[in-house]
Amino acid sequence: MTITATSDQMQSPSRIRRVFRYLRRNKSLGFGLIILLALVLFTLVGLMVIDPKDAYPLSAPTRRAPSWAYPFGTDFFGRDLLAVMVVGMWQTAFIGVVAGGVGTFIGVVLGFTSAYFGGWIDSVIRVVCQILTPIPVLLIQVVVAGSLDKRDVTIFTMALIVVMLAWMAPTLVIRSQVLTMKERSFVSVAKLSGVSDMGIIFKEILPNLMPFVAAAFVGQIFLAVFASFYLAVLGLGPLREPLLGNIIWLAQAQGAFFNGWWWWPVAPSVGMILILGSLALINMGLDELSNPRIRKSE
Amino acid sequence: MATLLLIARRFGFLFVVIWAASTITFFIPRLSSVNPVRERFAELARLGGYNPDDLERIVASFSKQFGLDRPLWDQYVDYLGSVLRLDFGYSLNRYPVTVTELIMQSLPWTIGLLLVSTLIAFLIGNLLGAIAAWPRAPGWARSFSTPFVLFMGVPPVLMGVLLLFFVGFRLKLLPLGGAYSIGLVPEWSWPFAMDLLRHQVLPALALILGSIGSWVLTMRGMGITIQGEDYVNFAEHKGLRGWRIFKDYYLRNALLPQVTGFALALGTVVTSAIIVEGLFALPGVGTVLINAIRANDFPVIYGIVLFITIAIATIMTLMEFLYPLLDPRIKNQ
Amino acid sequence: MNVEQVQNTHPELVSAETPVLQVQNLEVTYYTDAGRAKALDDLSFSLKAGEKLGIVGESGSGKSTLALAMMQMIKSPGRIEGGQVYVDGTELMALNAEDMRRSRLQKIAYIPQGAMNSLNPVMRIGAQMVDAVISHVENESKAETKERCMLALESVDLARGTFKMFPHELSGGMKQRVCIAIGILLQPQVIIADEPTSALDVVTQRQVMETIDRVRKKINAAVILIGHDMGLMAQFVDKVAVMYAGRLVEVSTVRQMFTDPQQPYSKALINCLPNLDNKGVFQGIPGLAPSLLRLPGGCAFHPRCELARDICKTSRPEPQSDKSGRSVICHLFDKEAQNEPSS
Repeated sequence: MTITATSDQMQSPSRIRRVFRYLRRNKSLGFGLIILLALVLFTLVGLMVIDPKDAYPLSAPTRRAPSWAYPFGTDFFGRDLLAVMVVGMWQTAFIGVVAGGVGTFIGVVLGFTSAYFGGWIDSVIRVVCQILTPIPVLLIQVVVAGSLDKRDVTIFTMALIVVMLAWMAPTLVIRSQVLTMKERSFVSVAKLSGVSDMGIIFKEILPNLMPFVAAAFVGQIFLAVFASFYLAVLGLGPLREPLLGNIIWLAQAQGAFFNGWWWWPVAPSVGMILILGSLALINMGLDELSNPRIRKSE
Repeated sequence: MATLLLIARRFGFLFVVIWAASTITFFIPRLSSVNPVRERFAELARLGGYNPDDLERIVASFSKQFGLDRPLWDQYVDYLGSVLRLDFGYSLNRYPVTVTELIMQSLPWTIGLLLVSTLIAFLIGNLLGAIAAWPRAPGWARSFSTPFVLFMGVPPVLMGVLLLFFVGFRLKLLPLGGAYSIGLVPEWSWPFAMDLLRHQVLPALALILGSIGSWVLTMRGMGITIQGEDYVNFAEHKGLRGWRIFKDYYLRNALLPQVTGFALALGTVVTSAIIVEGLFALPGVGTVLINAIRANDFPVIYGIVLFITIAIATIMTLMEFLYPLLDPRIKNQ
Repeated sequence: MNVEQVQNTHPELVSAETPVLQVQNLEVTYYTDAGRAKALDDLSFSLKAGEKLGIVGESGSGKSTLALAMMQMIKSPGRIEGGQVYVDGTELMALNAEDMRRSRLQKIAYIPQGAMNSLNPVMRIGAQMVDAVISHVENESKAETKERCMLALESVDLARGTFKMFPHELSGGMKQRVCIAIGILLQPQVIIADEPTSALDVVTQRQVMETIDRVRKKINAAVILIGHDMGLMAQFVDKVAVMYAGRLVEVSTVRQMFTDPQQPYSKALINCLPNLDNKGVFQGIPGLAPSLLRLPGGCAFHPRCELARDICKTSRPEPQSDKSGRSVICHLFDKEAQNEPSS
C-alpha cells in the first residue's frame, strides 16, 4: 500500500497537499473541476481570439464542414461555430451564474432568517416554500416567458425568469442546516458569552455552512442552464443569441443530422453536455465533502 | 379522528397549492404588456391583408366574449371557479374546441410515457444506487451506475436528438417519430400494439437515461446513511448472509424515503417529457403545448401548465397517503 | 503452543479449565488521512467458559474496536494486522468469509451498544429473530424455529407477544432484551456485550445486566462486558481489564482491581470512583487521553503518570503476569512482590 508508506513519512501534510490528496480520492469533484476549468479557459481565450460578431448569422460561408479556417464548421445561417461556441458558452455561463447566484443568495438569506429567528417568520417562509415546491418550475417559466414580448427577451431577462422560482430548494436546505447547527454546542456557547445575533451568524454558523452553500450554488447553476436550454428549445428564449440551446435546436429544426451537417449540432451539444456534466460531478463531489458519512476515507 | 384531521389537512394543502398555481398563471400574463388576443390576431392578420380598425374591433369583441374587459377582481374570482371545474376556456387557435378537450385527447399519451419511464428509471436507478453504495458489492457492479450519473449532464431532449440520429436514422432500428406508423388504423390488435410500442421506445429511453442518474445519487446517499445505522451492523453481527442484509435491512429501508421522491420526480420529468414528445411528434400534451406556444394560443398554454401542476400536486397528496402503508412506524401514530 | 495443538495432541487436557476464548497478539490499525492509528496493540487475553470479563477504559481507548475485531467486523479504513482469536478451539482469523459468517452468533455473539437503533424499524421482532436462525440452522422446521425464538424471548422475560411487534412499540429496555434474546438464540460460547446499558435508566440497567447474567449461566457462555461504568462492572464481572491506548494495561480479578490496582492508570481510575469517605472531592485523571495517531514513545501513559521514570519514556513495557494470574503492563510492576491481594 503506497498510502501507508507516505502517511508514515509525513505526519502532518501541508494544507494544499491534503486538498490535492483529497481531490484524488474525491474523483467526481476533481474531474468536475478539471472540466469546468478547461471550459472557462476555452471561453476566456476564445473571447480574446475570436470576433463575437462571427457568432451571428451571415458572417461566414454557410454549411462548411470543419476545416482549418473553421475548426467547428459553419452553420446553415453562416455562423462560425467556433465563435458560436465561445459566445454561447459565455452567455450560457452568464445565465447560469446570475440565476444560480441570485437564487442561492435569496435561499441563504431566507433560509437563515427562517431558521435563526424561528416563530412566525419561519412558518411563513416554510409554508410558502412547501406550497411552491410541487409546482413544476419550468412550466411557470414558460408562462412568464410566453407572456413577455419576444423582443424584450434578452440573456439577462432569461436569467431572471429562470431564477424566479429557483430559490425554494436552497432556502429549505440552508434552513435545515442552520437548524441543526443552532443546536450544536459552539453556537450555544457563543450565545451565552454574549455574542450578537449577527456575530453568531457570520462568525460561527456561516463558515460551517459553506459546503452546503457551495453545493446549492452549483446545483442552482445546473438547473438554470438546464432551464434556459429547455426554454430555448420551446422557442421562448432570446432566439437571436447564439445560446448553446438555441443552436442545438436550430440545427435540429433544420434537420442538420439528416442533411449530413453533423458538425452543426455536435459542437454545441458537446459543450452543453460538458457544462452540465462538470456541474453534476462537482455537485456530487461537494455532497461527499459536506456529508461526512459519504466522505470516503480510503 | 386524528386521521380524519390529517386527511383534511393534506387536502387543504392541495387546494392551497392549486390556488397558488392558479394565481400565478392568472396574474403573470396580465402584468405583462402583451394582450394575448391582439397578439394572436395580429399574427393571423400578418398572414393576409388587414385593416387595422377591423383588427381592433375583432380584438375588442373577443375580449368582451372572454370577459377580458371586466374588472380584474371579477375575472380572478371567475377564473378560480373555472379552474376548480377544470374549465380552462377555449383554444384561440382551434375555437370552439375547449382547452380541457385538447388536454383530455392528448393526456393518455403523456401519462403513459411519463409513468412508464419514471417507473423504469425509479427501479433501475434505485437498484444501481443501492449497489453503488454497498461496500460488499463487487467493483464492476458498483461502477455500473457511473455512466447513468454522467448521463445526468445530458438533457433528455438532447439524448432524444442523439438517439433519433443514431438508433433511428443511422441504424434504422426504430421509427423516427409519430405515435404509430402512417397508414395504420388504431385498433385492438397485436401488430398495432407492437407498432405503438416500437414508437414509444426511443422517447421513453431518452427520459429513462436522463433520470436514472438522480435516483442513483439520492439512493446512494440514502444507502450510505442506512449503512451507518446500528441495525445494519447488528444484522451483520447476527451472521446473516450478505444478500439478506442487502435486501431486508438495507434496500428496503433506503427505498422508503425514495417513494416520496417519486411524485416529486414526476413533476421534474414531466417537463422533459413534454419537450421530448414534441421532438418525437407524439400526440401528447407536450406537442399540444409546443404548438400552442408557436401559435400564441395563450389559453391553451396556461391551461396545460395549470392542469399539469394540479395533476402533480394531486399525485403527491395521494402518495402521502400511500406512505403509511409502507412504513409501520407511521401507521400506528 | 496454542489450543488447537493442545486439543489435537492431548485431548485429555481439554477440560473445563481450558480457555473457551483465547485472543493472541491482536493488532488493528486505522489508516486515516492524518496518519496511522494503532487501535489494538499486540493484545492478548483468555477466558474460561462461564467466566465474565469486564473491559473498561476511556472512549477511544479501543474497547469497541476489540469487540469488532473479534467478530471480524473491522471496516475500512481499519484493518486487522495480525493475531489470533480462538473460540472453543477454532481460529476465527483463519476462517474464510462464509465460515466466519456462520461463526457469528453461533460461536461468538455480539450484543450491540446502541440497542435503541439496533433493530430494523420496519421489520417485526419475530422476523428479525427468525432470519438470524435460518441463516445458521438448515434443517429446522418453521414451527421449531419459531418456538426457539419464543423460548429465547421468554428467557429474557419478554412476553411471547413480542414476537409479532415492531421495535417502535417496545421500550428501550425491552429492545435491549430483544437484542440479548437474539444473541443467545444459537447458544454461543462467547457473548460480547458492548455497553449494553448505556442508553438506559438505572433501574433498567440493572434488570438488563441481571438478564445477561442469567442467560450466561443457562448456556455457560463466557461473557465480555464492555463499558465505562466501574460500579456496574464491580457487581457483575469476575475479572476486570483496563484498556489504555489499545492495550490491556491491567487484567485482574474484581477484588484485586478494586482493592489493590497495580498499574498507575488503573489506580487513577479506581481513585476516581466516588465513595462516602471522600464525598465532595471529585478526582479526575490529569491530562487528556492520548491521540492514537501520535502516541508518546515508551509507555503510552507516561506523560500523565505521576510515577513515571526515565525508563518509561524510552522503553516500551511488556505484559507481566504474577502467580495469581493478573497481568500488568508497567515498568514499575514487580510480579514477585504481589502474591496475594492485600485486603
